[in-house]
Amino acid sequence: MFVARSIAADHKDLIHDVSYDFHGRRMATCSSDQSVKVWDKSENGEWHCTASWKTHSGSVWRVTWAHPEFGQVLASCSFDRTAAVWEEIVGESNDKQRGLSHWIKRTTLVDSRTSVTDVKFAPKHMGLMLATCSADGVVRIYEAPDVMNLSQWSLQHEISCKLSCSCISWNPSSSRAHPPMFAVGSDDSNVTYGGKVQIYEYNENTRKYSKAETLMTVTDAVHDIAFAPNLGRSFHVLAIATKDVRIFKLVPLRRESTTTGPTKLEVQIVAQFDNHNSQVWRVSWNITSTLLASSGDDGCVRLWKANYMDNWKCTGILKGDGSPLTGSSGQPSAMSTVVGSSIQTSQNALNGMSPPTDKAVGLTLTRCKELGFCPPAAGCVCGAGGVFLLMHVKRDVSTYLM
Amino acid sequence: MGFAWGPGDILVYETQNKASGPTGSGCAFIHVVRKDEDIYSPILRKLFNESHHIFVGLQTIKDDLPSKSKKPQFVSISRNYRSVIRACMEELQQAAVSANDTDMATQYGNQVSILLAIELIWNLCEVLFIDAAPAGSLLLHLLDWVRLHKSDVDEKAKGVLQSDSPAEHRDYWDVVLSYVLQGRLEDTRKMLMKQAMLQPAAKSMYKLMDSLLSKMPFYNPGGTQTLTEFDVKWRNWHEEVDRYLKDNSFASNQHLEVICKILLGDEDVLLEHKELLSTWYYFLITRLLYCHPTVKPTELHYYAQSSMMMFLDSGVPEPLDSILLAAFEFDIHQVIKDCSIALNNWWFVAHLTDLLDHCKLLQSHNLHFGSNLREFLLLEYASGLFTHHSLWQCAVDYFDHCPEFGRVYLELQIERVPLDTERKALKVLRICEERQMSEQVRSICKIMAMRAVRNNRLGSALSWSIRAKDAAFATLISERFLQDYCAKGTFSDLDLIDNLGSTMLLSDRLTFLGKYREFHKLYGEKCFSDAAKLLLSLMTAKIAPQSFWMTLLTDALPLLEQKEVIFSAEQTYELMYCLEELTSSLITAASGSGRPMQEEDVEVTKVEMLRLALARNLASAIVKEGTMQT
Repeated sequence: MFVARSIAADHKDLIHDVSYDFHGRRMATCSSDQSVKVWDKSENGEWHCTASWKTHSGSVWRVTWAHPEFGQVLASCSFDRTAAVWEEIVGESNDKQRGLSHWIKRTTLVDSRTSVTDVKFAPKHMGLMLATCSADGVVRIYEAPDVMNLSQWSLQHEISCKLSCSCISWNPSSSRAHPPMFAVGSDDSNVTYGGKVQIYEYNENTRKYSKAETLMTVTDAVHDIAFAPNLGRSFHVLAIATKDVRIFKLVPLRRESTTTGPTKLEVQIVAQFDNHNSQVWRVSWNITSTLLASSGDDGCVRLWKANYMDNWKCTGILKGDGSPLTGSSGQPSAMSTVVGSSIQTSQNALNGMSPPTDKAVGLTLTRCKELGFCPPAAGCVCGAGGVFLLMHVKRDVSTYLM
Repeated sequence: MGFAWGPGDILVYETQNKASGPTGSGCAFIHVVRKDEDIYSPILRKLFNESHHIFVGLQTIKDDLPSKSKKPQFVSISRNYRSVIRACMEELQQAAVSANDTDMATQYGNQVSILLAIELIWNLCEVLFIDAAPAGSLLLHLLDWVRLHKSDVDEKAKGVLQSDSPAEHRDYWDVVLSYVLQGRLEDTRKMLMKQAMLQPAAKSMYKLMDSLLSKMPFYNPGGTQTLTEFDVKWRNWHEEVDRYLKDNSFASNQHLEVICKILLGDEDVLLEHKELLSTWYYFLITRLLYCHPTVKPTELHYYAQSSMMMFLDSGVPEPLDSILLAAFEFDIHQVIKDCSIALNNWWFVAHLTDLLDHCKLLQSHNLHFGSNLREFLLLEYASGLFTHHSLWQCAVDYFDHCPEFGRVYLELQIERVPLDTERKALKVLRICEERQMSEQVRSICKIMAMRAVRNNRLGSALSWSIRAKDAAFATLISERFLQDYCAKGTFSDLDLIDNLGSTMLLSDRLTFLGKYREFHKLYGEKCFSDAAKLLLSLMTAKIAPQSFWMTLLTDALPLLEQKEVIFSAEQTYELMYCLEELTSSLITAASGSGRPMQEEDVEVTKVEMLRLALARNLASAIVKEGTMQT
């Protein structure tokens, strides 16, 4: 793991959100400076800012891309109590030459009375739909019935969650067996208010969303929430960022044909990590949901991975500047330690014993094994090496500090 | 701290969350963090590409063949993998030498050493697991393994032989001993000959050593000799060597005495030559050669462990040591596990595990999750490849050979492949179509159609939406085509519209577009009566949207004005009926909206002209039809 490049974002205030488009060739950033910037990746992998404009009259919390089937469409939400939908206009050739693109506001969604804390497009099989949640505890679902006319959005559902909402996530499953579902998290810190994560499901008969489950065990403020890509499974996997990182499995129970209520879900906790040792602000899955990333107030992004026996482990840590944590040797890559790190004369490395002075990292690894941080012996495979090793180095450093 | 996942990268940005105070500095940077750097190395790309072919070849080996006949195939596949590694290694080595900046040189050097380790491990696994040589030939294979990977002896020997007086070279005895340690007795004898010539006085001693060396029996797996016969022969030889040592035949020459002791497998003497042995596993093989030449696979672990203990003394084993030890212990799972932890890429574990799985070695170990481990590693490896702009095409085949999750992974990954160009989109599309991934096919076409519409490339948009079988979108684009026609009076993308064929049935509007274009073609070819018939049917069969009727009727004008009568009386009646229907609906519509007078006037004149033309045509048609009847 390494920092490929750093980009000067040039926002005048804190960045709150960065999001990749579906293909990973564009990204959008939003900030407290009330603006959104769009970046395009050039042939040689450089990122160029191709648009930057003022979007709201308050901090912009989140920015998100619609599926490219709907064109180049962004949604943003803000402290100014609105969410907005933006569409890129294919500009004059003049603009293109200068590497600029033009985004126009298609609609402003003004139904919320308080700060809109999150906005997410629904899975594409549901059409062009988006959900917003706001500090007053209301989830709103909007739909654009005509995908060629993004200025018309109708408010389809208004769901009151009773608690101030901070984050929302759609269940991406497109299986017919799974009705539309979303999870909403609350950052209300009063633990006596009970579960801070609620799951809502769409009911075909009533044509309404109703609560399917509240995760009663999550009583602390929730900052982010993310359903994992489904992979054709019958159950759902949900990651939650609260005072720690948690992964839940939601198993739909077989429904009797006579009942019309929402699907009952069996909630199982799969993993819980307090390694951040602080509030966790973000959780997010990679494409195939084999890796979960989380970030916290400890200034680190941690990567979590399940081995093939479904045991979750930390496989990497990134510091605030994006660099992986390294040991005293300062070697960011791991394999060199396998064969002894100084390998200028490569034949030596294997044929000869590696020089004793370079064993530092290798030693760290073995020592940690004794401490029991390593995967259990039962044929466990966890993480592509480099990262894994680095975690051990980190643990070791911290024991020195104590 | 915040972050976002990309296909291969993670974006990390600094942020201050609500709890802490203002930082003042604002925030400056977003960092792009990459997971797997190896993929971006141009030389390692060859490794990925070539091993992909071997992998695909391996998957096609039939399951139903008896395992006996498959073994040589597996061994040769294993060798192929290794030769790819070797080729890459050589290329990297050259790159490292020719690299002009030291950073690059170190990077290449690191990669070479990783590949060396991989090849070493793989070779051992091949000997122990895949070839699974029985006692006797096992040792021969292990000796080959040592000789292949400890080739620095040859370098040294070259230096010695090229000097003016090889026998007096300072490395001379090192080379001789190294040869003995590796069991290269022919080479040893040749070397000793040079020394013997210099010392005529000790000629008999050298002659004795030469005969001992030449007499040492080696097992011949192809021959008729049984293992027991070989064992007896070997023991006799051993006793003979021992006798000469005891009667001090070599006492006057310390070098020869050391050789003699090595031939007897004296462990203390061996350990005195750690420098030449360099690692515990080479020590192990030498020890086996001179003490237990008929070692059985099942006994290996015992000798391996003790050799490692003796050799490392109180030293701590490094990851590579543990991996090799696990291999000697035949603990395949431990080997794979340790390799995945120690290596920074999945290439090695994925391919090795796959091969071992084909050899049915994982199932026998644990039937429950054997094939899952293989799939897990292959999925990891292939997912890594997918982030690369061209290697993703190899990854597709890996996913194809993962029965459980391969398809879902492929579905998720392939729709994320950036569709930079139409060519690339077609490539991705073909892969999806071959696998009947209809949802992905639809999505890709839709994305392309949407993009084309946004760029006003209507023809391309139409063909993509036809491929996506997206009726609504096809309608929308057909509408655009017609609008364009109304505005400009010409059609663009004629080829496409002319060749719609049965696909025009996808949507009503598309059908109309196709048929309307057909009318223009007929008209252009002066097939007036066919054109007239078609035009009329477009309206009477309600294929044409009413909003377009006026245009159609206007198109009928020149036909009506022809000298020849084209529309029959009956057809003219129908046209008139259409016109009336249209004007009556227009009147109701116009009464609501306040259209500008001028536009209204144009419409009215048009209608008047049509009425006149229709009436005149009717007249001539009746006359014509009447005259024909009589």
